[in-house]
Amino acid sequence: MSKFKKNNEKDGPGISTASLPDIVFMLLFFFMVTTVMREVDLKVKISQPEATEVKKLENKALVCYIYIGEPSEAGKYGTKPRIQLNDAFATTTDIGPYVEEFRASKNEAEVPLITTSMKVDSKTEMGIVTEVKQELRKVYALKLNYSTRERLDRN
Amino acid sequence: MPKRGAPPEINAGSMADIAFLLLVFFLVTTTMDTDLGLARLLPPPILEDVETPPIKERNVFVVLVNANDKLLVEGELMEISELRDAAKEFIENPNDEEKLPAKKEVEIPILGTRMVSKQVISLQNDNGTSYDMYIQVQNELAAAYNELRNVLAMEEFGVSYDALVEAGDKAKVKAIRKVFPQRISEAEPKDVGKK
Repeated sequence: MSKFKKNNEKDGPGISTASLPDIVFMLLFFFMVTTVMREVDLKVKISQPEATEVKKLENKALVCYIYIGEPSEAGKYGTKPRIQLNDAFATTTDIGPYVEEFRASKNEAEVPLITTSMKVDSKTEMGIVTEVKQELRKVYALKLNYSTRERLDRN
Repeated sequence: MPKRGAPPEINAGSMADIAFLLLVFFLVTTTMDTDLGLARLLPPPILEDVETPPIKERNVFVVLVNANDKLLVEGELMEISELRDAAKEFIENPNDEEKLPAKKEVEIPILGTRMVSKQVISLQNDNGTSYDMYIQVQNELAAAYNELRNVLAMEEFGVSYDALVEAGDKAKVKAIRKVFPQRISEAEPKDVGKK
């Protein structure tokens, strides 16, 4: 027994954990800064299709989102794919005003750089997507991005 | 009067716990999703009195997708996996075949005079086509262009096209785009397979 005791006495002082909070705070600030809270509550289910030839959407402040998919609350809203703009369901006729409103909220010089991002569920039929595209053409919102996930393997 | 020493220190031991709690919260809520997607430019709305210029049939690569997500390419049934190679052959027309698109001499900065094919890819889908299929077709067509551009960039500049784009070498990127301009035209959809 005495042998063990002797060893224990030889141990140096414990490692100071005083700097642990600092390290944790550093991590905390990193995540606080990088976190982007979802701006809108998704009311539609969207599982995006996969593609390989994807490009990054730059300048997120200038991206106007359109969501299309089956309503999450199918009991209430049915299963027909619906369009969601901001926080509410919308119809194709609302898209023009929506884009105009988005443009009005931006600096005039930045308006030509606005991209429309369509987040569409992969099971949606093209009919509704085409209607939306026609509406976008009417208001000259021609820069479009079909939001997809990246598939890493090339087939 | 009690004798006062140094004021008692606040125990900061639990600070780490609080910080950890917050850290875990932000870790969980963080979504590092960079928005990715296929970028496309829509055509401007059609003005009524403008007539579309005629295009020779040999210059058009017709891709049709029906409501059952089946592909018809240049009048033949095709699987999605074959589309890329078919599109590549059409765009490049390596052997100057009669059926494939005609070529025209174009003066391109950096690369000099080149034979550029007058290809146009026409994509038409049905209202019943699934969005997934539509994206796959768009993806394959984009891949065909990108692969051809990559090959050309490797031959001319020794780096891939993607690397050029990433490096922001606009002059070279422009030159390569001029040789293989991405022309995907989308016809107004048909409504045949309505369920």
